[in-house]
Amino acid sequence: MALCQRPRSLDRTHPLCLLPRPMLRLALKMLYGDRAKYGMLICGLAFCALLMTQQSSVFLGLLRWTTATIRNVNVPIWVADRKVEQANEIVPMRDIEVSRVRSVEGVEWAVPLFWSILQARLSDGSFQAVQLTGLDSASLVGRPARMTAGKIEDLRLPGAVVIDQVGVEKFRKKGIKIEIGSVFEINDQEARVVGLCETERSFLGQPYVFTTYERALEYAPPQRQQLSFVLVQPRPGVDPQTVVARIDALGNVRAHTDAEFRDRTFWWYFKNTGIPISFGTVVVLGIIVGIAIAGQTFYLFVHENIRFMAALKAMGARTGTLAGMVFLQAFAVGLAGYGLGLGLATLFGNAVLKGGEPPFFMPWEVPVFAGAVILLICCLSALIGLVKIIRAEPAVVFR
Amino acid sequence: MNDPENAPSELAIRALGVRKTFGSGDSAVPALKGVDLEARFGEMLMIVGPSGCGKTTLLSVICGTMRYDAGSVEVFGRDLHSMSEAKITAFRGQNVGFIFQQFNLIPQWNAVENASVPLLLQGRSRGVAEKEAQRLLTAVGLGDRIRSYPTQLSGGQQQRVAISRALVHEPRLIICDEPTASLDAATGLTVMKLLKEVACRPDRCVIVVTHDSRIFSFADRIAEMEDGLVKAVHRGGDFHMQYV
Repeated sequence: MALCQRPRSLDRTHPLCLLPRPMLRLALKMLYGDRAKYGMLICGLAFCALLMTQQSSVFLGLLRWTTATIRNVNVPIWVADRKVEQANEIVPMRDIEVSRVRSVEGVEWAVPLFWSILQARLSDGSFQAVQLTGLDSASLVGRPARMTAGKIEDLRLPGAVVIDQVGVEKFRKKGIKIEIGSVFEINDQEARVVGLCETERSFLGQPYVFTTYERALEYAPPQRQQLSFVLVQPRPGVDPQTVVARIDALGNVRAHTDAEFRDRTFWWYFKNTGIPISFGTVVVLGIIVGIAIAGQTFYLFVHENIRFMAALKAMGARTGTLAGMVFLQAFAVGLAGYGLGLGLATLFGNAVLKGGEPPFFMPWEVPVFAGAVILLICCLSALIGLVKIIRAEPAVVFR
Repeated sequence: MNDPENAPSELAIRALGVRKTFGSGDSAVPALKGVDLEARFGEMLMIVGPSGCGKTTLLSVICGTMRYDAGSVEVFGRDLHSMSEAKITAFRGQNVGFIFQQFNLIPQWNAVENASVPLLLQGRSRGVAEKEAQRLLTAVGLGDRIRSYPTQLSGGQQQRVAISRALVHEPRLIICDEPTASLDAATGLTVMKLLKEVACRPDRCVIVVTHDSRIFSFADRIAEMEDGLVKAVHRGGDFHMQYV
């Protein structure tokens, strides 16, 4: 019979390959063929990745909202009272601080900024809190980046304000349509809308209303000191940090670069609110659920295949080959679950970003963190499975 | 214990005084109590005996899937006891083909993929391995079922795939553990005929552990075990007639 002739292609001297590529293909086929377990593994890991990325992004989005004013105004250096710890806290300064800052060497220009939360009275008699932002009338430094209607220069007209999309939306919900020419009151004084703009939504949730610095002081209840911030541009070629140090040396005030001020605000909310704990709990729960579901299901998958793995071992499969197969299976399922979870979180993010709420900010660190956790879960699951395979005697196939 | 009447062929396996005990102390169970056995190239040797007599343990020791406590086992002149685990694994991969009672075909792989595994483990390309596997599957009558999955095959067909898998890498030793136990009588006989036809040849040794008296006639020699020892070695035909 033809079978009795040894085929030419066989060569007993061929060294045993540690991780034959076709075995890896078969390992994947083994995984994909067990659809129920594969589906369950993917669901568990996807759920874990979704929870981690979505909750982390909402958390970071929420904290990002706390620095919205800094990004909306967008200047290199902020100067505030020394007691101010973060951007949403105001300790009014004397107006003379603007002149003092202007006198610092390396300062190109310095302008005042008023920022405060005031009540706007709508035409139907209801009230709406607004973040009144008073810009330097000459330069309009701190103006919104994008006007959707009207011109920012019209702020110089009497009683003129520019309101953002949050205000338009909030007023609309109260049945009041805001457009150019609409009128409402701030502290019993008329505010006429001359423009609509888009801003980054803030942590406090109230709409931004822009006007000139002088008019903002008229709207605001009178106080002895009313200057909220001094906005500074360093001279070209001068290091902002040098300017910051020189301004700090003035004594009463403290200067921050915009990045420092954002970080300071971010960490203030991080340390002084319960936000990290509540979101952190959900993220940790996601990790635990991921480990529990994925780890357990993968262990079951390996457990059910232990007989076949032992058969492969008996047939000459090295431990390295079996380890490669198990790790490949774990990583394949991890990649699929991670991709699905990340995709769902991204879809969620796209959907909410259109609506503006809830906050969502996914910097590259979030997917990397989630990927690392999923990788860890896969490694743990694969290791547990592998230990079982290594401990299994090949002789088990005869039992 | 060896049969002097049947010793013309070259020796493939020699087991001398092999002992194996499971557990220790009061719970120690001696499975092999000093087994002597020889198997030669070109023969089909059956190991028979009641349950618990040590047949499967002896088989595991011979093929190097289990370490023994004392004695010596030489397979193709090499002492398995002196080899490291990695070397034994490599040795098995190149020299031993397995046919299991429960077939142990991986359910997610089709017939040709299951049959090609030993070659893939040797590092052969998928194309070469599957070509060889396909050739063997055709030889055992499954040429039209090479893409079928184990669940789509009958017990007899699955055992044929297992036979193809055991032979695909041209091993010199074929180990069969109760190859007909999961099959009905007719299929069992068909599988044994096929095994005898395709597996037995002058440069190969086939060892079959079985309870199934209907297949004793296929053996060249039969080693009868009892209580961890080889009680006697018979010529296959004689023992079959005696048993019948």
